[in-house]
Order: sequence, then C-alpha cells, then structure tokens
Amino acid sequence: MALPFFWMLVTALKSSSDALRFPPTLLPEAFLFRNFITAFREVDFLRYFINTVIMTAAITALVYITTILAAYAFARLKFLGRETLFSLFLAMMMIPLPVYLAPTYSILSRLGWIDTFLALIIPWSVNVFAIFLLRQHFRSLPQELFDAARMDGLDHLQIIIKIVLPLSKPILITIGIFEVITSWNSFLWPLIVTHSDSMRTIQTGLSYFAQAESTNYPLLCAASAFTTVPLIALYFLLQRHIMESYVRSGIKE
Amino acid sequence: MKRKTTWAGYFFILPALVIIVVFRAYPILQAVRMSMYKWSIAGPLQYVGSKNFQRLFIDPKFFQALGNTLWYIIGVVPVTVIAALFFAHLLNRNLKGQGIYRTLYFLPVVTSIVASSVVWKWLFNPDRGLFNAVLNLFGIQGIAWLNDPRGILAIATAPLGLKLSNFLAGPSIALIALVIMAVWHNLGYCIIILLAALQVVPGHYYEAARLDGAKAWQLFRYITVPAISPAIFYVIITQTIIAFNTFTPVYVMTQPAGGPLGTTSLVVFYLYEQSFRLWNLGYANAIAFVLFVLILGFTLMQQRFFEKKVYYE
Repeated sequence: MALPFFWMLVTALKSSSDALRFPPTLLPEAFLFRNFITAFREVDFLRYFINTVIMTAAITALVYITTILAAYAFARLKFLGRETLFSLFLAMMMIPLPVYLAPTYSILSRLGWIDTFLALIIPWSVNVFAIFLLRQHFRSLPQELFDAARMDGLDHLQIIIKIVLPLSKPILITIGIFEVITSWNSFLWPLIVTHSDSMRTIQTGLSYFAQAESTNYPLLCAASAFTTVPLIALYFLLQRHIMESYVRSGIKE
Repeated sequence: MKRKTTWAGYFFILPALVIIVVFRAYPILQAVRMSMYKWSIAGPLQYVGSKNFQRLFIDPKFFQALGNTLWYIIGVVPVTVIAALFFAHLLNRNLKGQGIYRTLYFLPVVTSIVASSVVWKWLFNPDRGLFNAVLNLFGIQGIAWLNDPRGILAIATAPLGLKLSNFLAGPSIALIALVIMAVWHNLGYCIIILLAALQVVPGHYYEAARLDGAKAWQLFRYITVPAISPAIFYVIITQTIIAFNTFTPVYVMTQPAGGPLGTTSLVVFYLYEQSFRLWNLGYANAIAFVLFVLILGFTLMQQRFFEKKVYYE
C-alpha cells in the first residue's frame, strides 16, 4: 500500500543513470538530496506553491462564510420557499463537473477572469454538501438555546458567533479539512482556467513538469514529493480528525 | 418580528445563492442550449439543432470512450468494494497496530492524483519500472502496461481461436493499469467507511447467531453484510460516480490522446478533448448533456437494484 510512496522517495534520491538501471535497486547508490533543489528550480515551484496556498486559503475561508450563513438560514430561519430552495441547492450539487465545465469557462471568459485567481477561487466558494452537513447539525441544536439568546436580545450574527459556532467545532473542522484537501489536489479546474506559467497551481505545475521532463524520473519523483508532502504532513498531524471527517460525511446521522 | 426573520433568511443565503446561480445553474442551462449550436471560441455561433446529437450517435470515438468507461467501472468498483469489505472485516478485530494499518490504507486518499499518476506511470514503465522488474523475478517478461492496447478478453480467448475486438475485447492492459491504480487510491476511503459501519453492529446479533450454531462465514453472510448494507450501498454508488468522472490519470499517464489506440480514453477525458483541445464547444455540450443523463440513469438503476437488498434499521 505504501509502496508507491517509498518508491517515489527512493527514485527521487537517485541519479538519472541510477534510476534507469534495470532491474532497479531498492536503495540509491548515492543519496542525491540535491535533486529536490534542482527540481524546485527547473520550473517555478515556489510560485506554484504560493498560488496553491493562496487559492486553498481563499476557497476555504469563503466556503466557511457562505456555508455558515446559508446553513444557519436553512436550519433556523423561516422564509418563503426555504425548502424548495434547499432542494434546488442539493440538485445543483449532484451535477458532475464535466457537465458545466465548458459553459462555465465561457462565462469566466466573458468576465475576463480566465487566468486570474478569481477563476480559481470564486466558482468554488460554495460547497452545498458542507451546507447540508452543517444544516443537519444546526437543526439538532435545542430550540431553547435560540429562544434564550433571542430573549437576551442577540441578533442572528451574534447568535451564530457566540453560541452556535463554538458548539459546532467537529463539523467545522470536517468542512475545513475537506476544502483544504480538495482544493490542494484539484487539477482539472486549474488546468482549464489558467494558461500562463505564473498562474499554475502545484498540481498543474507538476503535470507541466512531467510533460517537459518526461524521462527524468528522479526529478519527477522529487517534484511529486513536493506536491504531496504538505498534505501528508497535514494528514499525520490531524489524522484522527481527517478520518473522522470522511466517515462523518459518509454515514448519515 | 416575523417579517424581520424572513428578510434575514434571504440575506444569509444570498452569497451562496449568487455563486450557485452564476456558476452552476446558469452554465447548466447554457450547456443545454449550447448543445444545439456549433461553436468554437474564435468563430461565430451557428444554430445546428440536433446535429450535434446526431453526430454523437455515430461517433466511434465517443462509443469507445463510453465502452472504456464501462469496463473501467466494472474493473474498479467491485474490486474496491469487495477488497474494502475484506480489509475492514480484518481490521475490525482489535489487532495490534491497527492504527498504523489504517494510516497506510488511507494515505493514498489524501495524496494528489497528479503525483500518484506520475509515480505509478514510473512503476508501470515497461523497460525500467519496478513492476516489470518484480515480474521478471517470477519469469514473466515485459508487460507493456500503459502502452498495450490489447484487450484482456481478446488475449484470453485468442487460444480458442476467437477474435474479439472493440468493446468485446475487454479492457486493454493499459486500462487495467489505470484500474489497479484507482483501486489503490480509493481503497482507504471505502475501508474506513465500512469499518465505521462494522463497529456499530450490535454484538448481540453475533452472540445470538453463534448460540444457534452459526459458523464464521455464515455470520459474515447473514449478519455482517446485511447489517452494514447501507454503508456498502453508499460506497458502491459513490465509487461508481467517482469512476465515471475520472480524468486526471488519463491525462497524466496516457498521453497522447487517450492511450494506445484510444483504449484509455474515458468519457470525461473525451469531453475535455472536444472542449479544450479541439474547441468544439457545441459538440462538447451535447456530450456533457448525454453524460449527465447517463450518470443519472446509471445511479437510479443502481439505487433500484440495491434498494431491495439494503436493510435499514
């Protein structure tokens, strides 16, 4: 199971000729750590990395905002057409990306957003599944809580910030983890909406690198390692939370 | 007081609503409309009615992509689900080091598919890859993996004198390589879902059955599987949809254009080619529309089929 990771690291440390040996050796003949540096310099990985961090952070922040507000409204506020609107939201969620990929591109093109951060971030600033999860959670909170708060004269925003959010930590962590992982690993979307090298994300940058250096396996593996290491580090730190998040989203409560 | 509540509701959902309308609802409607036009980014719009769909019905490349995707789903989903069930069952006993196993299984799920594809492409390399090196130790020579367009059913039945071709030839070896990688990638996710389900099966079910003299495999078949059938159902449906939407491995591992003789071209990849390589956007929208109908139909069929077999509490 872990074999590909092991092999990625081993190959990354080999020299070009060492990697191309057949049958391949299990350990490099020399530990070429400088491969990592070379790979980093070959293409502008630093820029790709920064782009990806900006994109991921922005998407996650915006998703939090839109999700918390919408989930609160759908769960606890009464307004005309509430359930119908929610069903429409859900329907939108189920439509797979390939279906609206092309027309969304033309909309972005007309807005002049192609090849900018706006195209990478804004279309992903809403996650209906997250709204669904959070709404479930909000609905499960006791009505007395809200009644008491209203009697204390709190308005909705205050209720959200002071009362509801502190009680929602697990779900909020779940949502955040999903968004970070999905955004960091997203490929098809950045591929379509960005062209110039300066806007590449770490995934599209890696793919570009793989096409440019298709036979330099040590460098390729080193570059692949960059792409995965941040999330793997995150994973080891938050392992329990991450797995709980995935489970929580799968089992209906 | 009541009026105030109403307004707040609309305001709160406004940000989400705007984004969804602009970037989901409107594009989808556009897609339907544009499927009836001939359109490339540079040229003018041309109304062509149902010509795109007519062209689609006789497009061999589309059907090849469709066939490939079907084989891909058949290859990936059952293997992933059954293997996940097996491993989840194993992990359900309180073994030592359980945490480490779970970590290992789940690691591929958070890994970038691009990076995985790059590394697996290297592993599958016919001349220098690790897999062929290991196979050589067992006397199996040079499998071409990602470069081999031959369908496995064709290979298997060739000694019988059959000459299967196209869809009947089965998934190509190249496609099988993608299947193997997909199983590796998705296994962890399925395992933890099924494991979580296994862990809430009430112990007394098993005790009662054991008292009645049930053996291990009977326990598994008549108690375990029905008890976690909602989770199994969930996993099957989600994995099928994920498989249907596969794009990145095709792009990264099998260039150019959908692998050897187009045998690894999956539908989403074909859509991408038409949209963003050839800029046949009208045609691409027709494809997207058909894809959507197919996914919907497929999912509904699966639901119908499994609904009867799922036991809810």
